[in-house]
Amino acid sequence: MSQPLLELRDVTCERDGYPLFEPVSLTLSAGSVMQLEGPNGVGKTSLLRVLCGLSSRYQGELRWRGQPLDRAAFATEVIFLGHATGLKLTLSPRENLRWWGVLRGFDCTAEIDGALRQVGLLGYEDVPCYQLSAGQQRRVALARLFTSTAPLWILDEPFTAIDREGVAQLEEWLLAHAEAGGAVLLTTHQPLTLPVPLQQVGLRPAQGEEYSDNA
Amino acid sequence: MWSFFHKLGSPRWFYRISGQWLPWLMVISLALLAWGAIWGLLFAPPDFRQGNSYRIVYIHVPTSMVAMGGYVTMAVAGAIFLIWRMKLAEVAMRCAAPIGAALTFLALVTGSLWGKPTWGAWWVWDARITSVLVLFFLYVGVIALYESFENKQAAAKACAVLSLVGLVNIPIIYWSVEWWYSLHQPATIKFTSESTMHSSMLRPLLISIIGLYCFFATVLLIHMRSEILQRERTTKWVRELATGEK
Amino acid sequence: MRELSLSGVLAGLVRRDLQVAIRSRAALANPLLFFLMVGTLFPLGIGPEAARLGPLAPGILWVVALLATLLASESIFRTDYDDGSLEQMLLSPVSLYLLALAKTFAHWLISGLPLALMSPLLAMMLQLPAAAMPALALSLLLGTAVLSQIGAIGAALTVGLRRGGLLLSLIVLPLYMPVLIFGASAVKAAAEGLPFSGQLAVLGAMLALAVPLAPLAVAAALRLSVDQ
Repeated sequence: MSQPLLELRDVTCERDGYPLFEPVSLTLSAGSVMQLEGPNGVGKTSLLRVLCGLSSRYQGELRWRGQPLDRAAFATEVIFLGHATGLKLTLSPRENLRWWGVLRGFDCTAEIDGALRQVGLLGYEDVPCYQLSAGQQRRVALARLFTSTAPLWILDEPFTAIDREGVAQLEEWLLAHAEAGGAVLLTTHQPLTLPVPLQQVGLRPAQGEEYSDNA
Repeated sequence: MWSFFHKLGSPRWFYRISGQWLPWLMVISLALLAWGAIWGLLFAPPDFRQGNSYRIVYIHVPTSMVAMGGYVTMAVAGAIFLIWRMKLAEVAMRCAAPIGAALTFLALVTGSLWGKPTWGAWWVWDARITSVLVLFFLYVGVIALYESFENKQAAAKACAVLSLVGLVNIPIIYWSVEWWYSLHQPATIKFTSESTMHSSMLRPLLISIIGLYCFFATVLLIHMRSEILQRERTTKWVRELATGEK
Repeated sequence: MRELSLSGVLAGLVRRDLQVAIRSRAALANPLLFFLMVGTLFPLGIGPEAARLGPLAPGILWVVALLATLLASESIFRTDYDDGSLEQMLLSPVSLYLLALAKTFAHWLISGLPLALMSPLLAMMLQLPAAAMPALALSLLLGTAVLSQIGAIGAALTVGLRRGGLLLSLIVLPLYMPVLIFGASAVKAAAEGLPFSGQLAVLGAMLALAVPLAPLAVAAALRLSVDQ
């Protein structure tokens, strides 16, 4: 198997001092696509937010490329797409992507056209985003994946509002990214039809037992 | 040193050790307060201009000083909580806020009562009383912020940040208000400041101040102990405590 | 893909906020309209005589400008929080300190700066002596920049709360007071023909303190607001 990128050891998220799910341990390697599964409310989104650094409420150990995870170094290597698209609706797709590039510390003006073509929004580059449909807005958010070289994609329900054709395309992109040496971690209720080593990890609700680190 | 620090982070250890300190602290603070009050109210000489009405200084000055000290306590505890994630510091920060706010309120009321015989008005925009009023607002802001969060972990962090911002601002606020007052100084009797007080008046005041600081510590410990029991109610040691001492 | 310099990043961030403000217009116009309208309330409440309004004008102008800045600061991070931009900012490799600084500076450009530039208009209506106009504009220029920094701390602390507006005023107003004291005093001194450079220097010192320190608090506050 190839090089491990992200490792979780006995990680669980907590809410008000209670663990959300049974601790999970997993290894995400370069070249793989991993799907988190579990019933609604089990904490899939919470786990993704912990992994990308938005939440600090967890127990367990996170490792990146074999080292304890260092947030500053990790930030350049991960892209997170959450429920909210992070788009300013009064701005055009081009302006939104350019801002996002600046956030990554890059001027990606040259890549924007290609990325928008990739997600099927050629011709909409300079239309304000409020004129786009929900699915098209989601596609603008997905276009970020093509303006960056980050190896790890963390996608929370990326298929929301995307049409059937788009779902197939997105699956292809995930595959291509994995084949190019990247890794994808996603949650979705959409059945995936990837011909790849799709790993599925299920989260099980915790047994409602409180722990205290100084009991 | 480090192990002591670590121990201090353990609520259980704190509960045990603070239970030992508490009776002593309580006796000392009540004795000092009584001593300061009796000396100040009955035996200290009357002020040559304000007569006996100045004696409220033995309540007003200690409360406003300890109110200030309470804010510093709260902010320092907040900083320790933010930096070292120490649970106990979070409890201390949260418990210091209402006590400090109450003392600030008391300082305002006594200041107002003092104002009536001195200036002939219940409220005068004197530099010190204005500063105490702003301090009261700072306390109220921290408490209101805490109450607005549903997630108490986030609430504690938010209050720690806000009280630190307040701590940086307090010297600026006090100095600004002082400057503002000197600019608009009305032609009234100037506040007798402690430094110009005669030593026979000053000594009972010092005792009252120390006594009130001890009293603040006592109330803070009591409040923290009940807060800890509330938070740790599901742990083994609290259950053992509740079902009978072991 | 070209790596951006620090100033390139800052410029890119400020530019986006300005674009958003210019497209929606309300963010730009509302504080100014508020300033004008509340300023109009004072002659109605106090009376129209120039002799009575003139001496009060420095205080009125500064209090109203302060309230306008306060109301405007509620929106610094609001839409970013709602649409998920804030999450992307927190995950950015660029330090959150710089992002906070850029956001606050952009906010000052769209709220404080226009207010300072427009203040002589309202000042004239409130019978402020013409000699005090430069002091008014200059003190507001420096003062609103400090107010924006403080307001950003409050906005970042309350952005995750549903009813943040009134709470923001409670936690921010006490911190605004020193700025008000020196800002209003500068204008008053100028109106009386006295030198006012001392007050401006103090406002400048406050700004020099706020610019490096406030983004630290803003960054911490944004992290905790997203993580709840």
